[in-house]
This record gives sequence, structure tokens and C-alpha cells, in this order.
Amino acid sequence: MAVYFQKREVVVPGQLLAEGRYRASYGTYDEGGKIYSSLVGLAELRGNTVKVVALEGVYIPKEGDLVVGTITIVAGNNWKVDIGGPYGASLHANNALRRPYSDDISEYMDIGDVIAAEVIAFDRGGGPFLGMKGRGLRVLQGGMVLRVSPAKIPRIIGRRGSMINMIKDHLNIQTMVGQNGRIWIRAPSTEVLRLAIKAFRTIEDQAHTSKLTDRISEMLAEEMAKIKGSSEPEEEVEPEETSVPDEEAIPDTSEDVEAEPEPEVVEKATEEPEPETVTEAEEEKPAEVEVEAKEEDENKNEEVTEE
Amino acid sequence: MSPEVKPDFLISPEGLRVDGRRVDEMRPIELKVGVLKQANGSASIRQGKTYIIAGVYGPRELHPRHLTLNDRAYLRVEYRMATFSVPDRKRPAPSRREKEISMVIANALKPALFLEEFPKAVVDVFIQVIQADGGTRCAAINAASLALADAGIPMRSLIPAVAVGKADGKLLVDLGDEEDKYGQGDVPMAIMPPTEEITLLQQDGSFTREELQEAMQMGINSCKYLHELQKEALRRAYVKKAPEDGNDDDDEDDFEDDLETDLGEAELMEDE
Repeated sequence: MAVYFQKREVVVPGQLLAEGRYRASYGTYDEGGKIYSSLVGLAELRGNTVKVVALEGVYIPKEGDLVVGTITIVAGNNWKVDIGGPYGASLHANNALRRPYSDDISEYMDIGDVIAAEVIAFDRGGGPFLGMKGRGLRVLQGGMVLRVSPAKIPRIIGRRGSMINMIKDHLNIQTMVGQNGRIWIRAPSTEVLRLAIKAFRTIEDQAHTSKLTDRISEMLAEEMAKIKGSSEPEEEVEPEETSVPDEEAIPDTSEDVEAEPEPEVVEKATEEPEPETVTEAEEEKPAEVEVEAKEEDENKNEEVTEE
Repeated sequence: MSPEVKPDFLISPEGLRVDGRRVDEMRPIELKVGVLKQANGSASIRQGKTYIIAGVYGPRELHPRHLTLNDRAYLRVEYRMATFSVPDRKRPAPSRREKEISMVIANALKPALFLEEFPKAVVDVFIQVIQADGGTRCAAINAASLALADAGIPMRSLIPAVAVGKADGKLLVDLGDEEDKYGQGDVPMAIMPPTEEITLLQQDGSFTREELQEAMQMGINSCKYLHELQKEALRRAYVKKAPEDGNDDDDEDDFEDDLETDLGEAELMEDE
């Protein structure tokens, strides 16, 4: 019974981490009752479980992950979706549309469209398979997609969405943070978009440092004040910014009108998945759900999170 | 460089080697991790005049598709020497020797990697010899192993490798180019240090049973030394990547609480 590492120590592959009644978890392996690291990362002990938090790595899909992907091929009643990492995903029309749907599914979503979807199945045999029957899962209109290292996503979301919500509060932007390291951002103006990118990049660079949320918050407050200040004399930027709150108040409906498939894709399954997601992955899921849920029905969402 | 001149002796009367080393002394080694921006993982090694860069891409989608392995990732190693890496221009087309060394390196690295975590994908390892001065296959393994770790590929341990050879009847560790060319034999080997399992063992020239056993022991000792250098290089790279690490101690509690929940629970839950 012994642990051979300091908390949050940088460990290397093959390093002996613990011996005795400990359980090997992510980033470690067990050989003859001894637990070794299999990655470069930060070692952690939780209860009697040893794990290593990776500092690098590609995206490996997991069931239940929310991902942001780009449609690359429309094949029959499937869409092939690029979600980064070694595995291309497919999305079957049945998992995205309400029947009956047209034979030509490219009417609903076509090559190049960026979508938010959930990994519904992935095993060694096949997949990953995506689904879009969930709250907030939809075609992402406008905005841009930022790529960050998937290993840094938990930090960008923050504890129970603290980081991402903080950023959204400051910048008044719409975002979707995929577990696959793609972040969709739609900001009211280029300045704010740049600032959002800067914020995400900073988090990525400094993911393993302390008080990051506070520092980012300060930085954003400062920069936003600058943007507000500089944009006041100019008339062009100002109206754009003021128009944002209105737009955000009814984001889904406005988008649904733009894109024909939306009513079928989204609106239905709003009720059920909510409690389920919360129990599944407390601190990660709600963040993304909230992004979309917030404006629509803030009250209900809060109730669930408190549970 | 005057490679065509054969030195009068490989071991001087004082028992030192052509470059003044003792028989069990390695050349100065410099390892760097994260030398390439584009690659998922990378490392470089300078070992004497040998200079090699290794880059790792992946796990990523495998093309051509027919190479796919359904139960694990395919490890594709490409060892190449630059045209200017040797005194005579090396012809740029991949030679038989390069293909063989690629395979040998792949086989040396494979036992350490948990490739079964990425079925159907490929892990690409590109090794470029910038300057060759003997011991390139072993140096390449050292660098490739670090690059794989840098890319976040799960592995049992880093793989250090070293060549032990014989010149003037004496066993020598980490052969230089001249010792390799004019010596009597060469045993490149690689091990997994925690278990001392041998993942690469080749022999060129003739050794008696006793000599080979002694050579292997010398090799294992040198590999362990190299392993320490590798671990240090890797740690250094990651501590550098997070220079604010020093702050950790100041307000560890706050930070820890925060991050532990972020990174911890999510993944733990999915493990179950």
C-alpha cells in the first residue's frame, strides 16, 4: 500500500504510481498489482483510484459526448461527419429527422454544414454513430468553429460549466463546446469574436494553472470595456452590439425559420434528455445544455442543476 | 570529415577509444521533446554527431484502407536519411536498408504501445536522420519513443536503445561511426526498462556466448541510463509548457478543487 507520486505531479509513461489496493483508471495500467502511468500527464488519486490526466491526445469518441462536427458526405440516408480524431462519424437520418423525411436528405443538411450532435454509439465494431435527437442538437448557423486540443476541453467548460458560462456572460456570445475540441462561436461583432478566441486560446495554453477562471474573467472584463469604449464614437459597431440581446432572446426560433429542417430536428425531444444528462456527467453536460437552454427557459434549467 | 581514413587503433594503449571515451561511456546525448509544431508529438536527439528528428501523427484515419487492423492501431514507421546526412550523398529513394530499419524500429516500439486502444486507426512515426554518425537506429528509437509519448499515445514505458559493439577485442558501448565501420561487431538492443524485456536485439559480426552476454548486460545498463535522460527530457518539456506551474504551491487548494472536478469525475464516470 503505497503511492509514489505527489498530487498533480507530471508523470511519464512507465512510472510506478501506486502499489497495493489501488485501482487503475484512465491513463494508467496495472501489472502484477502495481499501477504504472501509460501517459505523460498529471497524476491524481481519487479515493483509491489512480488516474493520469492527459496533457495531449486526439479525440477518441465516447458515448454521450456532445461533439461539433462538419458534414463531409451525404450518402443515402446517412451523413458522414468529420468530428476530428481517427474516427469519422456517421449520422443516420432516423437519428436526426422526424419521419417522414424526404428521400434526398441533403435538403435538410448538406456538405459543409456544421452540426452539434451527440455520440449515441461507439464500440470496437463500428461507429461512432451520432444522433441529433436532443436538446440543443442542431445545425449551427453562422459563426465560426475554433479548434482546440480535446484534452483541454474539460478546462474550457470548467467545473459545472463555470468557465464557459463566465465567458458567455461577459461576451454575450453563443457557443457550443464539443468534447472533440471544436468550439462553435457566434459573436455579435468581430472584436468580440476575436476576444472570445483569445480567451479560449489562453485557457488552452494555461489549462493547468490555478485561478484561471478569475484571470480570464478579469481579462475579458477589461477587454470588453475597451471594446465598448472604442466602439461608442463609431456608429457602425454600436447598433450591432445593441441588437444582440434581442437576437439572443429568441435564438432558436429565428434560426429555425432560416433553415427548413430545424423544426423537425430539434424542438421535439426537449423534455426527457435534460435530467438524464445531468446525472450522467454532472459538470460537463449541463454546460453545453445551458448554452442553448439558458435563454429559452432559464428557470427550469436551474431547477434541474440544483438537483 | 575524413571518413575514408582508417584510424590506426580503435582502442588506444591507455584503453581509451578514438574519441577519448572509456569503453562503457556513451557519447554526449541531448534529447528535446516537442520540436515540431505541426506534429502531434515530436522529439529530437543528438548523440555525438548523430542528429535525428522524429515526428508522430495520430492516431488518425488509416489510408490506404486495406492496411486496417480491426483490433488495434497500425504502427507505421518511416525511417529516412537525408541526402546530406552522410559524407557521400545518399540517394533520396528509400533504400532496402531504410525499409528494414523502419520495420526493425516498429517492432522495437510496438510491444510498449497500447495500440489496441485505437482499433482501425494508424499511428505514423516519421524519423528523419539529419546527420548520421553511427548508432542511428538506436538513436531513432530513443527519439521515436519520446515523440510517441509527446503525442499522448499510451504506452507501458519509454523505450531506450543502445548499440554495444566490439573493437580490438574489447566490448564498447554506443558505437561511433568509425568503431561501427572498422570494429568487429555490433549488437543494437532496446529494452523496456521496468521489466528489462528486450524489444530489439540484432547482431552483426561474431561474438562468443560470454561476450554476447556481457554485451547485453552493458547494453541494459546503458539503456537504463538513457531511460533516465528520456524521462527527464519529457518532464522538462511539460514543465516548460506550463511555466505557471510554480504558482501551484501558492494556492493549490483553490486550483486543485477546481481542476480535479473538471477533469476527474467526467472521465471516471465514463470508465465505469
